[in-house]
Amino acid sequence: MLTKKTFLAAFAAGLMVFGAQGALAATEGVELMDAGNDIYSKASLQRGARNFVNYCLGCHSAKYVRWNRVAADLGIPEGELKSLQFTGTAPFDTMQSGLPAEAGKRWFGNAPPDMSLLARSRGTDYLYTFLMTFYADDTRPHGVNNLALPGTAMPHVLAGLQGVQKAVMKSHTGEDGKAVSVVEKLEAGDVGTLQPEEYASFVSDTVNFIEYIGEPIQTKRRDLGVWVILFLLVFTGFAYLLKQEYWKDVK
Amino acid sequence: MASTEPNNAAQKGGLSGWINARFPLDKMMREHVTEYYAPKNFNVWYYFGALALFVLVLQLVTGIFLTMNYKPSATEAFGAVEYIMRDVEWGWLIRYLHSTGASAFFIVVYLHMFRALMYGSYKAPRELLWLLGMGIYLVLMAEAFMGYLLPWGNMSFWGAQVIVSLFGTIPVVGDGLVEWIRGDYYISDITLNRFFALHVVALPFVLVGLVVAHLLALHEVGSNNPDGVEIKKTKGPDGKPLDGIAFHPYYTVKDLFGLGVFLTLFSAIVFFKPDGWGLFLEAPNFEPANPMQTPAHIAPVWYFTPFYAILRAVPSFFGTQIWGVLAMFGAIVMLALMPWLDKSPVKSIRYRGPISKLALGIFVVTFVMLGYLGLKPSTGIYPLLARVFTVIYFAYFLLMPWWSRIDSTKPVPERVTYDAH
Repeated sequence: MLTKKTFLAAFAAGLMVFGAQGALAATEGVELMDAGNDIYSKASLQRGARNFVNYCLGCHSAKYVRWNRVAADLGIPEGELKSLQFTGTAPFDTMQSGLPAEAGKRWFGNAPPDMSLLARSRGTDYLYTFLMTFYADDTRPHGVNNLALPGTAMPHVLAGLQGVQKAVMKSHTGEDGKAVSVVEKLEAGDVGTLQPEEYASFVSDTVNFIEYIGEPIQTKRRDLGVWVILFLLVFTGFAYLLKQEYWKDVK
Repeated sequence: MASTEPNNAAQKGGLSGWINARFPLDKMMREHVTEYYAPKNFNVWYYFGALALFVLVLQLVTGIFLTMNYKPSATEAFGAVEYIMRDVEWGWLIRYLHSTGASAFFIVVYLHMFRALMYGSYKAPRELLWLLGMGIYLVLMAEAFMGYLLPWGNMSFWGAQVIVSLFGTIPVVGDGLVEWIRGDYYISDITLNRFFALHVVALPFVLVGLVVAHLLALHEVGSNNPDGVEIKKTKGPDGKPLDGIAFHPYYTVKDLFGLGVFLTLFSAIVFFKPDGWGLFLEAPNFEPANPMQTPAHIAPVWYFTPFYAILRAVPSFFGTQIWGVLAMFGAIVMLALMPWLDKSPVKSIRYRGPISKLALGIFVVTFVMLGYLGLKPSTGIYPLLARVFTVIYFAYFLLMPWWSRIDSTKPVPERVTYDAH
């Protein structure tokens, strides 16, 4: 019998996939908070759209999302759409960021990811937790770190609103017996312009909008689905009666 | 009666007469639909063949509309899928029907195959029918695998990378073979193009051809049934099986009802849970293919995971991983050998003894467990469990000649059991 370690090593060599597992496991450590967003609330989505344009779109694009689609789905009048959009863009243009990808890579080390599908690849709770858990960390280039994505290249863009939280550290003995310093909890540090609950709902609205752009059709899809299934139930009922009628002959 | 002589056919008159003098339309309709006699005692397990045929058509039709808007290029494919999802009229529905249809295809095919295991539908004279079905299953797996690369998400890329690498374990020619399959040194634009060609042209052709052959073989030997009784043995004075009923209208209306139930469940997924809880559309696949970034955990789509678990369960010997690859393909070959491994004199599980029932039950649990383990990382208790279930999987087949022979049987009735409602 081979030991587990030998087996894993042989297997990793054979398939070239298992090396990455240990490294990525670390990012799955934090318990995600509930985003608590309501995709059916147009008011929340409108606030989220405004937050997204003001705070995210400077660096993050949403390159599959058209401005006029957002306006139509969220009930934003065309006049107001103009005030949201960057100058020189047409209503049918997609949401491009003001930051060229190469510049982003040069400034932050990573090009800021496109936001179109982030809610689908990472989940809304992850995005919410990410935006809630920035904390001061002098060892990082931008002076902040993050619980959901440790070592993030993103600065705390919303620091003016949330303030910068401080981490309370504790000693933790790992499986290898070595003591390491880990974050126990976050507490308020510098104060921002929003109260904590105001900030939480600001983030929830923003995440709501990011979920919407992940799949703009989603609310209509579910609304239509109710009718489709009702029709199919009626259809199936009649099909059953038809079958019973024919099968009377079968003795 | 249709005749090859134009005069007789002309006497029948009209368009129908004209056609039947030149093409055996009525004859084919009689042989395969209106006068194809199927046993009257089909139960719920007999819906899945017709449903598989329906899903095949669904995939072909939705596939055509997807192809109209898709671009098979590494720089454009991911964006093309989002274009379909957002900008193409009803594109989201076509795409979800196709992506959910892929999983639905495997669900109905697995249930269809389980039905055959239960009622011994692979036994003589239906061995070739079974082999044609196994051929469909193999081509379906290839078709699904190629199709999974097309959205060019990160799981598409790495899934293809892992599976294609399996061929690299073959001694001597392995590395060259992998390069030949990919057409490049890694999964690239070239690979995407050839997978697209195979997915939309070559494999569907083979698939449809095999399905036609499967149906022709079925209509030649006749359908099995839950009792495993040959209805052709008991014919009435008119030469029709006493326990048979015409496929049309009896089974067409019954299958229409089955289709209604299926479509209701299918629509519930399409409209309310199109990602299938992350199993039908996997979260990492909403990020574009990135050769520099491996997803945290690579697992194939759920319908491949039983075989993937077997692949991972077999350790490497003599410095090669080929044994796992052989075991994986061997697991499918085992299924194909069923007609010759099963030595029971009785077809249906209804008239077999406790050993057969227990063995089939264990096999189902094993298959489901392997599917579950194939989704999990290869850490902790999982590799050990995968090995245990791999051994059980092969034991079911390899010991079958023995346990199927010694198992007790109950007397099989002359006629099928059926209670008229």
